[in-house]
Amino acid sequence: MISFSVNGQPVTFNGDDDTPLLWVLRDHLKLTGTKFSCGRGLCGACVVHLDGRAAASCRLPVATLEGSSVTTIEGLAPGADRLHAVQKAWLELDVAQCGYCQSGQIMAAVDFLERYPKPTDADIDANLSSMLCRCGTYVRIRKAIHRAAEIARQEGRRG
Amino acid sequence: MAKTRISRRHFLVAGGTVTGSLVLGLPLVNTARAGMADGTFGERQIGYFVEITPKGKVIIGSNQPEIGQGLRTALPMMVAEELDVAWEDIAIRQMPLGILKTADGYTWKYGGQGVGGSNGLRSNWQFMREVGATARHQLIRAAAARLGVSPEACSTKPGYVLCDARGGEIAYADLIEDAAKLDLPETAPPLKAFSEYQIIGTHRDTIDALDMVTGSTKYGLDTQVEGMRYAVIARSPILNGRVKAFDDVAAREVKGVLDVFTIEGPQPGEPYVILASGVAVVATSTWAAMKGRDALEIDWEPGPNAEDSTDKFWRENAAMLDTAGQIVTDDGDFDGAMGAADKVVTRRYEVPFVSHQPMEPQNCFAHVKEDSCHIIAPTQMPAGASRAAAEVTGLPRENIRIDMTKVGGGFGRRLTNDYVAEAAMISKQTGWPIQLVWSREDDVRNDYYRPGGLHELRAGVDSDGKLTAWTQRLASGSKYYRRPNMPDEDLWKPELYPDDFPRRFVDNFRLEYFHNAIGLPRGSWRAPAHTANAFVIQSFLDELAEEIGRDPLQLRLDLLGEEREIEYSGHGGPTFNPGRVARLLKFVAERIGYGEARPAGTGVGLAGHFTFGGYAAHAFEVTVNAEGELSIDRIVAAMDCGYAVHPNAVKAQIEGATIDGIGVALGQEITVRNGRVRQSNFHDYPLARIEQIPAEFEAHILNYDETPTGVGEIGIPPVAPALTNAIYSASGVRIRRLPIGNQLREALAS
Repeated sequence: MISFSVNGQPVTFNGDDDTPLLWVLRDHLKLTGTKFSCGRGLCGACVVHLDGRAAASCRLPVATLEGSSVTTIEGLAPGADRLHAVQKAWLELDVAQCGYCQSGQIMAAVDFLERYPKPTDADIDANLSSMLCRCGTYVRIRKAIHRAAEIARQEGRRG
Repeated sequence: MAKTRISRRHFLVAGGTVTGSLVLGLPLVNTARAGMADGTFGERQIGYFVEITPKGKVIIGSNQPEIGQGLRTALPMMVAEELDVAWEDIAIRQMPLGILKTADGYTWKYGGQGVGGSNGLRSNWQFMREVGATARHQLIRAAAARLGVSPEACSTKPGYVLCDARGGEIAYADLIEDAAKLDLPETAPPLKAFSEYQIIGTHRDTIDALDMVTGSTKYGLDTQVEGMRYAVIARSPILNGRVKAFDDVAAREVKGVLDVFTIEGPQPGEPYVILASGVAVVATSTWAAMKGRDALEIDWEPGPNAEDSTDKFWRENAAMLDTAGQIVTDDGDFDGAMGAADKVVTRRYEVPFVSHQPMEPQNCFAHVKEDSCHIIAPTQMPAGASRAAAEVTGLPRENIRIDMTKVGGGFGRRLTNDYVAEAAMISKQTGWPIQLVWSREDDVRNDYYRPGGLHELRAGVDSDGKLTAWTQRLASGSKYYRRPNMPDEDLWKPELYPDDFPRRFVDNFRLEYFHNAIGLPRGSWRAPAHTANAFVIQSFLDELAEEIGRDPLQLRLDLLGEEREIEYSGHGGPTFNPGRVARLLKFVAERIGYGEARPAGTGVGLAGHFTFGGYAAHAFEVTVNAEGELSIDRIVAAMDCGYAVHPNAVKAQIEGATIDGIGVALGQEITVRNGRVRQSNFHDYPLARIEQIPAEFEAHILNYDETPTGVGEIGIPPVAPALTNAIYSASGVRIRRLPIGNQLREALAS
């Protein structure tokens, strides 16, 4: 049995040790905001935070998660009226088209902005190259990341 | 006054809903009450919901699939505009397929449902505005009756009817019950003038954007049904291969695996319901099903396509073009004009097979019972899903419920519902509610690919530099491969669109086709053959311009000429206005600084095209360094979709189509060896990446008139040729084969 936490709640899993976190989230915990797309860590649609850092959940066997803390898109903000700066920026720029990759895009951007609070375009390109979007929302993603950095700075000043 | 599309036979009726609010259907079919089960409804005469809750929330039924194109926002904008309600009060509800049995077939309760051919907005433009205007009219009549005044004495403000004479205002929410009892007028009320629009044509954020950024949107794969099992299929890796035998002992030992059985695919050459034969594994979780599949040992019967290869396909194409093909269009005296030409220019271009790869893999929920079936699917064509499920279950279509989820990308892949048929087969076999899940590898290797083809372009020019003869000769694998009842002589039809530019701009004009059979399934990939034909024609124009010493932009402008309507019999017709292409080309040329001097290694390229009723042009500025590394520095894209109803989504589609077009041009190609698709996932089938897309990217909407067209496909055809024309201008390397891949490095290294 594996024990860890998801969005602050304790979780135990007693299925196959090699089950990827992605399927534990989706099939067992019914948290479907984290998406399956490539299954090989090649596209970023399944990105969650593992102990605060972005990770592809399709490549994370649940056995490796004992005692760790997982955050999914559902747990990123405490409520629709208290969105994360990245989600706010995503809404302002109206980034999503089909939206399927966007949970992963947002989770990756949150982690990225913690490491690069004032990113350049080159920082974005170098760090988020593996985050794929077939609809082609990259122009807006880049703008939204800059905007999220600005919102975060403003919120930091106010807080 | 607009002529009504709504028959008087179809009533406005009210009925309580589970939430206690009332439904205003326009026209709402209530067969029990209205006695209209005779089924004589036309396609646009039945079914659209306007619901107003007691608190004044206006819930608009969304009858079309939403695949990321923005219709879920655009259609309610039209209703809200004419109904006169505040945009903030609008909510949407996804409707299922509305299928109704008639004496001689089926009809559609909620109008035609399905998105393809950039038709979703255009085909609902009049209808949705009439729905809103008629609902407003009924609310006014209800208020007038209540106050004892004439309807002409009343007007509206958002959410309220105003009766100035009585100084009163009544909320729509308080009138809906009365309004719902009134008969429909003989004709639809007059629609607003464009100058009066407050919502249509203005920026509106995507209606379900909050759901998307919080992870609460439900796509097909997010379907959760009590008791649902999970299924995967090990499909034949060989095109048209079959299961000879399989050993499932190890698979059945995987914890959670419940059942393993054969799925019979179509016979080679037969029309498709599903794509491939295989072995299904059903389990208690997706992971168990996938592990069970990995543990299968399957002996495949190779079948007739086991020696197929794309290398052979390309060799055969080249050999075919050295012979005479099927002449499908022949204007003027082509042979005479070509023979008399002062100069003849010939080039060949290769356009590869490509795959769709929406981010959401194919999937479907199915629960087949003895006399009914429930399907929940991400699909572009719910009626096709109904047909597919009926075909494999044998159930009457009226007993099959099709629910549509939000769709994680379409691009034409989900016009075909093979995955729906597969899911229904598995549920029928087991009796369980099941969710069929495709892996990315399944999706890459089992697609309806955009046809690959070798194009030869040849032009004859007289001594005055006038273009006198033009031909396009194409050897390809037709999209109509394995269509039912398809005669060989019609196979060219989805590959060469005869009315495309430059037909009618060159007097002596010929199109010639050669069909090259290959076992790869083919289908519609965003803007189908326009992506291939725009690439070859727009590339060839640049090459021709250089050969005859003309500027590529000026050559295009001279050929296109002034604004005028020219016959266009293909989809998007009946006419096409070449001046609108010219207008966009001039616009993007000016924005990119077309004539400006640039440093060595930097260049610009242009292309413009008419697709499915809409117009687009692109200008690219690129740099190619001495090692052959390409950098796209700047993009100017412009679209003329007549009138942009939902400009935010139009811009998003211009951006998205451009980026999609870059991705496919740079690196996407499906190849086959020994009857097997060689690509499997995003490492060898690369989508565009963020670092390939410049920050300097302008997307412009140039409205033209008051006739909106669709936009989903319009923005993609000019992308590849504008990019490769820019590459030539920067480096002197002419790309005649897509994808670009390593060609620049190879050309500049030598």
